[in-house]
Amino acid sequence: MTVPVLEARNISKRFPGVVALERVSLSVFPGEVLAVVGENGAGKSTLMKILSGALQPDEGEILLDGQVVRFTDPRHALARGIGIIYQELSVIDALSVGENVFLGRLPERPGLRGSVDWPRLWRDAARVLERVGVPIDPQRQVRELSVAQKQLVEIARALSQDVRVLILDEPTSSLSLQETERLFEILRGLRAQGVAIIYISHRLEEIFTLADRVTVLRDGRVVGTLPIGEATREGLIRMMVGRDLSAYYRTVRSSPGAVRLEVRGLCRTGTLQDVNLTVRAGEIVGLAGLVGAGRTELARCLFGVDPIDTGEIRVDGQVVTIRNPRDAVRHGIVLVPEDRKLQGLVLILSVRENITLPVLERLARLGFPSRRAEEQVTQSFVERLRIRTPSLEQRVMNLSGGNQQKVVLARALATNPKVLILDEPTRGIDVGAKAEVHALIAELAEAGMGILLISSELPEVLTMSHRILVMSGGRIVAEFSREEATEERVLAAATGHPVAA
Amino acid sequence: MDVRSPQQETVTAQRGRSEPEAAPVGTGAFARRALQRLTGLREFNILVALLVLGAFLSVTTDAFLTTGNLFGVARAFSLTAIVAIGQTMVILTGGIDLSVGSVLALAGLSTGMLLERGVPLPVAMLAGLGVGALVGLVNGLLITRVGLPPFIATLGTLSIGRGLVYVLTKGYPVTVPYDYQAFVWLGQGYIWIIPVPVVIMVVLTLLGTIFLGFTTYGRYIYAVGGNPEAARLAGIPVERVKLLVYVLCSTLAALAGLILVARLVSAQPSAGLGFELPVIAAAIIGGTSLMGGEGTVLGAVLGAAIMGVLENGMVLLGVSTYAQQAVTGTVIVLAVALDIWQKRRRARVRRARG
Repeated sequence: MTVPVLEARNISKRFPGVVALERVSLSVFPGEVLAVVGENGAGKSTLMKILSGALQPDEGEILLDGQVVRFTDPRHALARGIGIIYQELSVIDALSVGENVFLGRLPERPGLRGSVDWPRLWRDAARVLERVGVPIDPQRQVRELSVAQKQLVEIARALSQDVRVLILDEPTSSLSLQETERLFEILRGLRAQGVAIIYISHRLEEIFTLADRVTVLRDGRVVGTLPIGEATREGLIRMMVGRDLSAYYRTVRSSPGAVRLEVRGLCRTGTLQDVNLTVRAGEIVGLAGLVGAGRTELARCLFGVDPIDTGEIRVDGQVVTIRNPRDAVRHGIVLVPEDRKLQGLVLILSVRENITLPVLERLARLGFPSRRAEEQVTQSFVERLRIRTPSLEQRVMNLSGGNQQKVVLARALATNPKVLILDEPTRGIDVGAKAEVHALIAELAEAGMGILLISSELPEVLTMSHRILVMSGGRIVAEFSREEATEERVLAAATGHPVAA
Repeated sequence: MDVRSPQQETVTAQRGRSEPEAAPVGTGAFARRALQRLTGLREFNILVALLVLGAFLSVTTDAFLTTGNLFGVARAFSLTAIVAIGQTMVILTGGIDLSVGSVLALAGLSTGMLLERGVPLPVAMLAGLGVGALVGLVNGLLITRVGLPPFIATLGTLSIGRGLVYVLTKGYPVTVPYDYQAFVWLGQGYIWIIPVPVVIMVVLTLLGTIFLGFTTYGRYIYAVGGNPEAARLAGIPVERVKLLVYVLCSTLAALAGLILVARLVSAQPSAGLGFELPVIAAAIIGGTSLMGGEGTVLGAVLGAAIMGVLENGMVLLGVSTYAQQAVTGTVIVLAVALDIWQKRRRARVRRARG
């Protein structure tokens, strides 16, 4: 048997009051993809930080090629061939691709310190990019690239330093299906070149298509490591959460009632073309499509964030004019935006202040909000949505991703909407929180709300929705009932190659 | 590579897991939290610094700890403090108002010129405040409608305002006729033993604190500064909030202008030249973050107070006027550096506590 290129033996790490990792062992061999899965807080990121030198273990050892090593910092680990790509990208927009790839190590003109050897930079960068299989011009500004391309630039940067172990932390959380597939091809290519890859993801679907083995962490311990052939989806979920999650995707039983939201002939130059749709009371309508198909743009128009050129929006049969989110909220439409940190939350405000934000005027007399009313509203949502927070006054920046997302949901629900638009409501949150969010969505529908669900996770759309609309190029190109819809059909419609029903 | 933010994320996630489902909010916890908040507050730190400074000056100089000197100091910094209240609100939304010095001069001049022409006092004063409000509205519209960055928009109105003042006065001061005793009282009078500008400052501090802390629009101001996009998506009238803070700030600057004219009994064309710097410094020393969303009116007023006391102390100690500026600058830098250092330490403790 070959020697693992990187091995962790009995790693323990404690933060005062919390055991983050408890005697964790794992190993990765050259030319394999090891997936590491677990809920948020299971210790994945802590483990990766230890492997890449950003944190030191309290106990245990790290072996590189069978030799015990101690990484003092990430640079040291990188110098020994261990690179890590974090979820939050660290490329510099204002610089070119080539400069980013060789950031901190720009080639200098011989004999002239401090002067960049540009021709050599472009040449070397092109070579690295080619190895990653990315046809990006090294002289392009990173600013002009898509998120997916930026990520590839970061991977190229890691590989330019002869990385033998590449760690990726949730790399696909903001990629489209196509981009994800492209990334996987590249990762498979690197695997074929003998690079060992440690891949962290919440998306089990991806693990089955990419990984060779999977290690499951729960509460800072390794629950088990399996070859992918022996793993099942349900089995992995059970290992991750320590219990069965039959409600992982909960189907709504209620049948749709009267039309709540009706959209006719909605157009916006450049993004939306003649969009027509209805959402009934108690109905979940899934909106599938590739990134850039116009789903988020549609949501923004319905919520009054972006203006529409032509078209008509009706809520409960009444034509409504929506010029801004304020109008939308007043007419009973509310949006849970795609990016909770950028668009959803005021991170420096408390749970209470975030949840009551849109209803503050209703809770106020003469412009003075009632503290007691605010606390009642917040407390009821904290209980109903099981938001885990030490207090109502906790700043939301200190909550976990899943709980932050619940705060955004609570805020939307506080407005008591008729139509709820959810844009990627479970992106980047862990399995447990996801199940809770799904159950909540189902409950809301059963209580008579009309729900428009945008999600890039097809299984989510397919199992949650009564009907699935597929968008492409700013229009709705297909509609499926829950029974008709399959991943293949939806994907085919989204990519413009309809499969006969 | 940035390793800090993901680290924070995991640890807080672990924290979320180890926390009880929803911690009870009791009165005991409230008292403890109140104490914790008090000692952790920037305002508390400045107050301590102010008291230490005061104690030092009381020991080293004879003149400092006298009623006359203390109220004199208070009157001197009250104008900075009054404008800093408005500036704080602007900075809270993530903006900045550089035009306050020009507004101060322009408003004072407007009132002074009207009084010179025999216009009734209430009308002249309202006109002065109105000029301030108008400039604020222009600032706000340039920022919300035209989309200019606040720095640029208010830099523009700073120049325009000052230019107008010089055009109107041709560089000569305008003298207020002495029969407006009520007006002069605004700048020179006392209520009991307290100078009127100080009383105005205290009242405005109170009103500002209530406004920011307890009203809907106060909360909106923090939300807009904390995350404008999220605020907009939450249905907050972001543009209206921004307009409001610029109008409030300029109106307060105008009020300071009127007080200054009343105090000097003349409107100087150079009044308030460079005034934006101490005003912004007061807000920042007071803990207002230039990123928006963090800060209080009380902090800004205390910030103005510490600069005022420092200046007074240096005069009493015979420090040269030239050196005074350098000391003031050092204090600004130190205050903010200390704050950052303390925040970092607290974040570490929080993370460590898990």
